[in-house]
Amino acid sequence: MLNELKVLSDHGRQYISDLRNKPVSERFRGRPVISGEITSNEIKEVSAMCPAMAIDSRCGAIDLGKCLFCNECALMLPQRISFTNDYRISANRREDLIVRPGQTSQIRPGEVYIRKEVRHLFSKALKLREVSAAGDNSCEMELTAAGNVNFDMGRFGIEFVASPRHADGVVITGPVSENMAEALKMTYDAIPDPKIIILVGTDAISGGLFAGSRALNRKFIDEHTVDLYVPGNPAHPLTFINGVLDLLGI
Amino acid sequence: MEFYRLKNNPGAVNVSDIPVLEYDAFTEQTLTLLKKREHHAVDYFTTCTGNKLRFFILIAGDDTHTIYLYSHVQDRNVKVLNSLTAHHYPMHVFEREIFEEHGILFVGHPWLKPLRYPNERADRNAAMSNYPFYTIESEELHEVGVGPVHAGVIEPGHFRFICHGENVLHLEIQLGYQHRGLSGLFASSRNMLHRALLAESIAGDSAIGHVLAFSQAAEALCSFIPPSTLQTERIVALEMERIAVHIGDTAALCGDVGYQLGQAACEALRTIVINTMQDWCGNRFGKGLIRPGGTNFPLSADIAGHIMEKLDEVRKRFGNAADLVYNNTGILSRFENTGTVSLAQARHLGAVGVSARASGLKRDVRASHPFQAYTEMKYSPPALDTGDVLARGYMRKLEADISFMVIMKLLDTFRESGSDISPKPDYLMKFKPETLSVSLTEGWRGEISHCIITDETGEVLAARLKDPSIHNWTMLALAVRGAEISDFPLCNKSFNLSYCGHDL
Ligand code: SF4
Repeated sequence: MLNELKVLSDHGRQYISDLRNKPVSERFRGRPVISGEITSNEIKEVSAMCPAMAIDSRCGAIDLGKCLFCNECALMLPQRISFTNDYRISANRREDLIVRPGQTSQIRPGEVYIRKEVRHLFSKALKLREVSAAGDNSCEMELTAAGNVNFDMGRFGIEFVASPRHADGVVITGPVSENMAEALKMTYDAIPDPKIIILVGTDAISGGLFAGSRALNRKFIDEHTVDLYVPGNPAHPLTFINGVLDLLGI
Repeated sequence: MEFYRLKNNPGAVNVSDIPVLEYDAFTEQTLTLLKKREHHAVDYFTTCTGNKLRFFILIAGDDTHTIYLYSHVQDRNVKVLNSLTAHHYPMHVFEREIFEEHGILFVGHPWLKPLRYPNERADRNAAMSNYPFYTIESEELHEVGVGPVHAGVIEPGHFRFICHGENVLHLEIQLGYQHRGLSGLFASSRNMLHRALLAESIAGDSAIGHVLAFSQAAEALCSFIPPSTLQTERIVALEMERIAVHIGDTAALCGDVGYQLGQAACEALRTIVINTMQDWCGNRFGKGLIRPGGTNFPLSADIAGHIMEKLDEVRKRFGNAADLVYNNTGILSRFENTGTVSLAQARHLGAVGVSARASGLKRDVRASHPFQAYTEMKYSPPALDTGDVLARGYMRKLEADISFMVIMKLLDTFRESGSDISPKPDYLMKFKPETLSVSLTEGWRGEISHCIITDETGEVLAARLKDPSIHNWTMLALAVRGAEISDFPLCNKSFNLSYCGHDL
């Protein structure tokens, strides 16, 4: 009994009370800022270097749907590119993940693009089925962490459920392998309507590192409307939770 | 015997110095070498040039700290060979892989089935949906299929049980759902940074173990010796990864048997470890920290102090939590004698890593083929002998304790002496031509090995990236034999094998 109390008192209070504004490590790589002064030569150089082909070679914009947050562009052009630790980088339109030179505005899901029924039906409780479709298990672990004692997204009625029959939507991680394509579709089909789709992690959003691989089959993603994009490598639990809260208007 | 003896980890050898044996001699030598208990097959794979298929085998001599390397070459249209698996079981996965890729029939292989259904498989009619499961015709038995999508937030795989009532008679595991074609992308990549990112994604929970194995393999191809601070950083990172997962798995095991205090306490402790990792390099999984030739996140006295302070707290608190967990009779009754794999079975299967050590098989790259800062330490791995969930759980505590010690020692030395700052990564390294490099690390699951082979211009010709899981999945299948099917999740968690690492 004494030991239990000791562990409990050591444990203390782990709960993050303000998930919206919890500061994270300074070195965490979230929303990038690209200087408007970046020259076309610099753009050419840095876009050729980017291992994820995430930097537009004409305008120098970084596509967070492709970026692997490796930081090499910022190291190459420290005067021009830097990553802030702003983890609120989820969006509901693919193009809103593209950060342009000179842009300092934050990234948020656009209210007008949220389907009416989403907030109406799910803002009090959102049950999600997660499908890892060739994910590397880092996004999966971060999603599990989103429900743990620290992040506790369950406080908003958001949780992962064991069956698609109990779910209001699907969360997809991984670039979607050919070998998981059918299971993903079957899981989605088993979720009752209306339902939402959330893509978590750069691999899920664009294929990421695996975009060119013949072992992928991204037909499902191409054919469906996505309600929320959550970038990251892996996506931080706070990026996911804040994205979902913004989507639901909580 | 004809082999090349690699004495260093990582090490490199001229491809032309690797002996080529006729298949009969190759078989005989392999079986002779593998008879010795201190030997095991690290990897066995093929490369394809023109019409020729070359089979490379890597056998580790744990007592001699060496790797024996030799090969066999044959025409691609030779489609029948005698199976090594028939005489030495651990070869089964490798032969299945070669069968799947090249259509070679291994005579005497007990279950020559597809392994992961890659795009380039020899038999296009083989499909995930028609995997040839083992079946038994009986009115008393029934089958239970689980997956690929599971109840929790985990990776996909299919488990097919043959049960008698609640009891599992047989489990067959079908993998391949996670196949991304990673090895192919890696071999065709012409960009070192891109390769590092791929290595970090082999299994995201072992990002450090894998990217370190890759960095070592690359460095061996250009004779780069990492300076001592860089070695310190790498081992500190590797051991932090191990601590984080071991504590996280302890939480998961507690969660599976409904022990909430243990689960909550350990989850919070894992968070501290990975957040400290994030303070160091900006990523909770350490992605971005380890690179060939150097690092973008050199240790400073401040960061070293921060890591020491946080880890010291975690060490104490995890010690208390583990005391609680492993003295709780309710937990012990669920963990003890559940999912047992005996030493004889572990040896028969060629098990590696923490699961092997839980069964008494002391295989650990840190001791047998020391790398980086381990070359200066005499690492002696702990082991248990019951091979059950309890042993696999408790190993986490024992290993985490040693990891804490290793980190503290390295960081102490760093703080006392450390003024040299690690170099920046070198993405422009030139590889030696026609060379094969071998690099091993002990990730938290076990033995990771990467091999890179270069062509006559020094470009990557082929790459072989092995996750320890490939050795161990059959252990899980054996562990649940005779168990109740309801114990499966607990057993699965106690191994926590990688799906994507297996499927690549
Ligand atoms: S951080 Fe993103 S944009 Fe920059 S180089 Fe890496 S992948 Fe490219």
